[in-house]
Amino acid sequence: MDLINNITLGFQTALTLANLFYCLIGVFLGTLIGVLPGLGPTATIAMLLPLTFALPPISSLIMLAGIYYGSQYGGSTTSILVNLPGEAASVVTTLDGYQMAKQGRAGVALATSAIGSFFAGTVATFLIAAFGPPLAAIALRFGPAEYFSLMTLGLVASIVLAQGSLLHAFGMVVLGLLLGLVGTDVTSGVQRFTFDTPELADGIGFVTVAMGMFGLGEIIRNLETEAQRSVVVAKITTLMPTREDWKRMIAPILRGTAVGSALGILPGSGSILGAFAAYSIEKKVSRNRAQFGKGAIEGVAAPESANNAGAQTSFIPMLTLGIPSNPVMALMVGAMIIQGIQPGPSVITEQPALFWGIVVSMWIGNLFLLILNLPLIGLWVRMIMIPYRLLYPAILVFCAIGVFSLRNSEFDVYLMALFGILGYVFSKLGCEAAPMLLAFILGPLMEEFLRRAMLLSRGDPLVFVQRPISATLLGIAVLAMTAVLLPSFGKTREVAFKE
Amino acid sequence: MIRSTRDFWTGAIYVLIGLSAVLIARDYGMGSAVRMGPAYFPTILGIILMVVGAVALIRSFILPGTPIGAFAIKGLLLVISSIFLFGFIVREAGLLIALPLLVIISALASSQFRWVPTIALAAGLTVFCAFVFIKGLGVPLPLIGPWLGGG
Repeated sequence: MDLINNITLGFQTALTLANLFYCLIGVFLGTLIGVLPGLGPTATIAMLLPLTFALPPISSLIMLAGIYYGSQYGGSTTSILVNLPGEAASVVTTLDGYQMAKQGRAGVALATSAIGSFFAGTVATFLIAAFGPPLAAIALRFGPAEYFSLMTLGLVASIVLAQGSLLHAFGMVVLGLLLGLVGTDVTSGVQRFTFDTPELADGIGFVTVAMGMFGLGEIIRNLETEAQRSVVVAKITTLMPTREDWKRMIAPILRGTAVGSALGILPGSGSILGAFAAYSIEKKVSRNRAQFGKGAIEGVAAPESANNAGAQTSFIPMLTLGIPSNPVMALMVGAMIIQGIQPGPSVITEQPALFWGIVVSMWIGNLFLLILNLPLIGLWVRMIMIPYRLLYPAILVFCAIGVFSLRNSEFDVYLMALFGILGYVFSKLGCEAAPMLLAFILGPLMEEFLRRAMLLSRGDPLVFVQRPISATLLGIAVLAMTAVLLPSFGKTREVAFKE
Repeated sequence: MIRSTRDFWTGAIYVLIGLSAVLIARDYGMGSAVRMGPAYFPTILGIILMVVGAVALIRSFILPGTPIGAFAIKGLLLVISSIFLFGFIVREAGLLIALPLLVIISALASSQFRWVPTIALAAGLTVFCAFVFIKGLGVPLPLIGPWLGGG
């Protein structure tokens, strides 16, 4: 069967000493930044992108992927031990995880989180393997109109799933599209919005934007509220869950995996939405719902499975269609482009070693995380103790040198600073940065597809609704928008975000 | 009068940027629907952005919103200017000067700043980066720049 051949190829690729090494580094780094508050996978991957020039393509992607799903593991460690979520997706884990720690069950909570995450990672890997090729096959028959509609759907979804005001998020998407157009227009050769600056002729680098808005912006935001961290680290006694614990874990892990996998594919969220949704659902459905918030093991198992599943399934649109579903995936697209690989449905067929190597390495990475993390907890706890006032200047240094090294240009450093200001201001105004970054990557692509679609249809804009797939995609986008604008749904959304 | 400052300023910024985009793009050539010129997409986007901004502006007078909250001015100024400074002097003065300055100036933004650990951090980071980035990865940054007689 084809799947077996492909998986074998994947193992052959992933099990080379070099790739195992990079996978290990990736998940280790990922856990580390997951543990450290204030440093997230987006900023880290952005910082490491310049380095991936030097690495072979498969190795660099394996490492970067490891950073992303590894960070989900790391985030839960601090949530449970210190009531501080290292990652946005781990916020929910603090609710019951820290309570469990206070009851002396920190070890069990950590083990539950690791087990749930491993199971979810395995399932998600399988999902990618099973659904990737068929999806790519469908997408190979896409014309420019379908791609345009798909990207529109992606952007609409990122608006719908954004926190804060929908209107603001909409504006951010348009702004991102505009910023993506800065530079030389490929078709006509005209320089747009460059104000005669030669450094802008190739456009604004997305690493620059990502580091500025997510890295710098986040740091300034954190400086607003330098909370005194109560580092009351709970003692870890036993790691093994009791039989009762095992029984209670199973259903939430299954449900969390399902929810997380489904929501991870949707553009805009990645792992965060899945974790929140899984917790809410678990709370409604569980027999022990009264214990939620007081140390219910389900409250750890469900979101932790969900966020891992989500982190991995968010690779599906990127690997099969070339469309990033969240900022981290957008950076991965960038990483592929740096390596000279054009992301899209043909990647699976033209570069099978790449696709299957990454898929298999995800599972191996999960294995590494399961085995390595529990012994290394002492190390992570010590990392948490690093004061933020020492951490963020270090982050700034890496950002500055990293961005400079992209083109050996201090202009990029200035630009990053500018986006830092923008990122901070926008966050104060309630404008989400994630939709903007997504739109920034997609902007030039969307214009290209729009152009081609119009050319092929001889100027007829109705082509987008006349072609069935395109019409369906746009229809879903419209549905999503209206659903979210309806008052009742809007309230649900707000409540979900508040929780 | 303004019931949502967030909406007001967001709207103002959006209108401003949208308008600028449309005005600047005028020179690029619109082309036609069949052969879209370089100005086509930007103009559409600019108009949409202006509309979104206008809606936000109008809404800011009608619906109350959460207040913006205090700005971390000190943090903003110190962090951003430290980065700018780094970019400005790193090639001329060298990494050995620029990096410690970046660390110290940005660290000053913290309410829990203390000189000794910060200087230690600056020293450690400089050594680390000199080895990893310049010696290891070959980033073309001088350790000591022309201003101080270096290469």
